[in-house]
Amino acid sequence: MSARAVERSILPGVFEGVGFERGGVPLLAEVSLRFEAGKRSLILGPNGSGKSLTLRLAHGLLTPSSGRITWGGDRPAVAASRQAMVFETPVLLRRSARANVEYALGLHGVARAERADRAEALLARVGLGALSGRKARVLSAGEGQRLALARAFATGPEVLFLDEPTAALDPHATRLVEGIIESAAEEGTKIVMTSHDLGQARRLADEVLFFASGRLQEQTPAAEFFEAPRSDGARAFLRGDLLS
Amino acid sequence: MSDLGQAFSQAFHMIGSLDPVLLEIVGLSLEVSLAALALAALVGLPLGGFVALVRFPGRRVVVVSLNALMGLPPVVVGLLVYLMLSRSGPLGGLGWLFTPTAMVLAQFVLITPIVAALTRQVMEDLWVEYEFPLRSLGSSPVRAIPTLLYDGRFALVTTLLAGFGRAIAEVGAVIIVGGNIAHVTRVMTTAIALETSKGDLALALALGFVLLGLAMGINAAASWLAEIARGHEA
Repeated sequence: MSARAVERSILPGVFEGVGFERGGVPLLAEVSLRFEAGKRSLILGPNGSGKSLTLRLAHGLLTPSSGRITWGGDRPAVAASRQAMVFETPVLLRRSARANVEYALGLHGVARAERADRAEALLARVGLGALSGRKARVLSAGEGQRLALARAFATGPEVLFLDEPTAALDPHATRLVEGIIESAAEEGTKIVMTSHDLGQARRLADEVLFFASGRLQEQTPAAEFFEAPRSDGARAFLRGDLLS
Repeated sequence: MSDLGQAFSQAFHMIGSLDPVLLEIVGLSLEVSLAALALAALVGLPLGGFVALVRFPGRRVVVVSLNALMGLPPVVVGLLVYLMLSRSGPLGGLGWLFTPTAMVLAQFVLITPIVAALTRQVMEDLWVEYEFPLRSLGSSPVRAIPTLLYDGRFALVTTLLAGFGRAIAEVGAVIIVGGNIAHVTRVMTTAIALETSKGDLALALALGFVLLGLAMGINAAASWLAEIARGHEA
């Protein structure tokens, strides 16, 4: 943590009038928002509302068609190495759990001799210490997602993006993953997570960004969002109505 | 009819008794085609990976060319390599013409596009799944090539077997650049062509059976490996 404090923070992350289109079809329009340090940001909304797209743009995996995204005042490419992302279905390499984490450490310039110990420590942190030698592809869905978290932590991220990380998991595995996310947040990692699960949003969110039809409808503190959402779309979504 | 029967029984006898002439020809065939495959893998695997993952100007042209070159006619490859290696050709000074080295070179030219084009397909399919996660971890497309070659290793063995199958079974290229010289550049396919035209059906048949066995063995191995690969998908 002390080493990180020396480096300049990449927060806040700022979207200014960001739009994204593919093949002439606008998928995201006029999104302006700020990701501030300390708050756990939950991106809520129905399928196809632009949640995952926003995450991928924020992480620099996609380039906006219009507007601009900055992190700590810089372009996203600079910030990418201080960010990590966990996807809905983890893509695990065909090697052992530990080798998956070692691979990420290697990409971040950790010396070969240090990788094994660091990988074991990261696996222990997500409760996979006993499974470090197991082939990643035979892990259960929940174990695989925790391995993806260990791999994401390998880069010591200041910002952790999570794209529907528990969508495919049972309640027990979901609790384990949420616990890991919460402890990361307590240790100072900025959490930006998408979900369509209201219960999860209530448990984890400090603030909610609600998306519908490719637009950001509101960015609201969590307590206020669940009591009195500002947008019609959010009211309908909280009632359980279908949004088009 | 009895001639044919005699040829068959002689052929089986040659195989059963491990006839030295037969073994020499089979051995040279394997040597040449395996060497060509090793070189083709060395070039074709990274090349296929590069074309699949890295965006560069003219990439579409390279992709289309690789696919088109998969269908190179062996006699044309033989002719081109012959022209390169002939005494007045640019590589004439090497003195490779009518040696096994020339045959390795010709088969290498023939199957490298096959290995590269099939590798590109495998890698492009993998990249759809791997691109965002690997880029998120900080990998560049070039750095991801060895990662994907390793993760796609079961599918890529099938690719190599396809290249080997093409090399071991072709006759047009090796007969032009090798010359089918007994004990020097005579391989299974060229020997079959020659012995058949000479009317020595026994040796031709024996070689034919070995080649058939190899070809079927390669296909069996390929589908068996594909089976294993599916098991590793889980």
